Amino acid sequence: MNARFNGWWFAAPAVGILMVFFFLPILAAFALSLTDFDIYALADISRLRFIGLKNYIDLLSTPLFWKALGNTCWFVLLGVPLSLVTSILMALLLSSAWVRLKGFWRTSLFVPVVTTLVGSALVFRYLLHTRYGLINYSLSQLGFSPIDWLGNPQYSMPAIVLFAVWKNFGYNMVILLAAIQAIPIELYEAAQLDGAGPWQRFWHITRPGIAPTFTFVGILTVAGYFQLFAEPYVMTQGGPAQSTLSVLYLLYDEGFKWWNLGRASAIAFLLFLIIYVVTLLQRRLSPESQL
Amino acid sequence: MTPGRSLGSRLVYRLLWCVCLMAVVGCDTHSPRPVVRFWAIGREGEVLEELLRPFSQAHPEMNLKIERLPWTGAHAKLLTAVAGESTPDICQLGNTWVPELVALKALMPVDGLVSESATVTRTDYFEGIWATTQMRGVTYAVPWYVDTRLLFYRKDILKRAGFDHPPKDWAEWDQQLVAIKRLNPKNYSIFLPLNEFEPMVALGLQQATPFIDEAHANAQFNSTGFRNSMQFYMSLFERDLASKMTDQQISNVWTEFGRGFFAFYISGPWNITEFKKRLPKEVQDQWSTAPLPGPHGAGESIAGGASLAIFKNSAHAKEAWAVVEYLSQPAVQERFHELTGDLPPRRSTWLRPAIANDPYAVAFRTQLERVKPTPRVPEWEQIATELRVLAEHVVLGDYDLDEGLRRLNDNANRILAKRRALLADGVLL
Repeated sequence: MNARFNGWWFAAPAVGILMVFFFLPILAAFALSLTDFDIYALADISRLRFIGLKNYIDLLSTPLFWKALGNTCWFVLLGVPLSLVTSILMALLLSSAWVRLKGFWRTSLFVPVVTTLVGSALVFRYLLHTRYGLINYSLSQLGFSPIDWLGNPQYSMPAIVLFAVWKNFGYNMVILLAAIQAIPIELYEAAQLDGAGPWQRFWHITRPGIAPTFTFVGILTVAGYFQLFAEPYVMTQGGPAQSTLSVLYLLYDEGFKWWNLGRASAIAFLLFLIIYVVTLLQRRLSPESQL
Repeated sequence: MTPGRSLGSRLVYRLLWCVCLMAVVGCDTHSPRPVVRFWAIGREGEVLEELLRPFSQAHPEMNLKIERLPWTGAHAKLLTAVAGESTPDICQLGNTWVPELVALKALMPVDGLVSESATVTRTDYFEGIWATTQMRGVTYAVPWYVDTRLLFYRKDILKRAGFDHPPKDWAEWDQQLVAIKRLNPKNYSIFLPLNEFEPMVALGLQQATPFIDEAHANAQFNSTGFRNSMQFYMSLFERDLASKMTDQQISNVWTEFGRGFFAFYISGPWNITEFKKRLPKEVQDQWSTAPLPGPHGAGESIAGGASLAIFKNSAHAKEAWAVVEYLSQPAVQERFHELTGDLPPRRSTWLRPAIANDPYAVAFRTQLERVKPTPRVPEWEQIATELRVLAEHVVLGDYDLDEGLRRLNDNANRILAKRRALLADGVLL
């Protein structure tokens, strides 16, 4: 028995499962994206037409697709930095020596991640309510006029970002916290003896110490945020005036509401391409990454 | 309309159970008790067991299984069932879904059964409602209950504005809306939720030119009639008579209607029960319903509701038809109305005491003689969604009405493109 093949035997079950449940469906979806599969084709497969790249060309010339892509990019641009900054600040706070009840705070900040999205979205809808919401009430106490968060196309996406960041920052926070705690304490002690202040210790020890983790968390967050769907689905249904319609939401509408599965598959592949390119760029831009 | 989440998981178990059941039944084709599966949706599904109990007792030879679906998931489940060839025998079908399921060749034509039936008398049904179950002259379902949109209004506010009767036509309606706004500029005269297309569809149906042409192939949103309807609708927002809000942005319709935040609301029969239940006591005798005003006198509205359809794949069509006939009896429909508040599709049922004496239902009775079906193409729901999106953009000032109508017509024609191609090839009936 050749030792080179032994490894494959061990991997075979996993590879087999991946093939059947992951790569084959992807291939099928790609084939589907080259057809005009819709409700008529569902009734009678002879009505299915092979149309080459027409779905892709159509999509790229549909204003709604660009609008959805623009909305999604806007969400990523606002949400990812905000989410990462919040995560790292909270992780630093939780790892600092003078915070008491660490377990309690860590759990509290992580709770949004494990609560159901629909439930917390409902609560946020109350909080964001134009006339009866707590957020606008607080703003009015500070002298601001009320903001129609979910009804004004300008504020709807920031409102979704607010909710998404609140919901997700805990996950990254826990990963970053683990990375911070993995840095040997001796490094800080030695630096302190050498007269390094808190900022210098952060910049020269913590920052390089968590850089690989940070890149990893950044890539995951960007890829995740590009797949925005559930938040607008529950909070705004893509409105007002399609201002929170994301690429994935468009895919859902096309595929599962209208059964244009060909078009929906094409959207899926375009979104995959976009995320792939962005991830490549991210890796290129972070040379300290050890991924 | 939004059943509990537990229903979802229960449904999964039920579906699994059905699969097992079908396997068992499939082995024994000479089963003495044929299993008739009935998919019912929402509130109707909850009362069906009780409604059908006398029938089940009278027919011990038949094993009638009622399976409940939530409204939110029913449409997707139906399409999946067709795709997976696991359709039930009978289904409660939203009338707007009929064209889709006919396009999928999933339904059994019932013309023969209707003409032989002693119970289902075609002429007894409201014409506009019966038409919703027809495609190219073939009947695919029997209307079960009806739904149309009309005016809910506050009598006291209208009186304070100087009117003692609901509006007869758009001109009078307009006067009333303006007068009500003057009472309190902070409130609105009418609530037209920006996330609903039904009010616009109802106003559009009042015009002579249909949304889609005779050939069921080309959109006609560029007609003068439709433009007039939309102009009227938009003017309500321009003059601040209607609030630029979705129904997610108010606390809820009942509270705000009770507070007088708006005095008119376009809605359907299910809200009779809801208004009775949820409006504050002090306004309970201050509201009523009225037929929808049209451009010149009483206007048309949407023919909605649900019908009972038998699936083509059903092995027990005869038994299924017996169920449909039972549910179509006026006496049973009267009981059904008592249980759900749903309005019957037959004129003879409307003569029965439980419904003839309901003051809120009277306006619906009048309106039902003037209902029109929405275009019977499978793409209608998607086109109506485009209409809603257009209206939202125009109301928010992203572009003007003419630009909006041009875009709507283009989008609708793009959605209908495949249909036109299939019609041209002659593959589609």
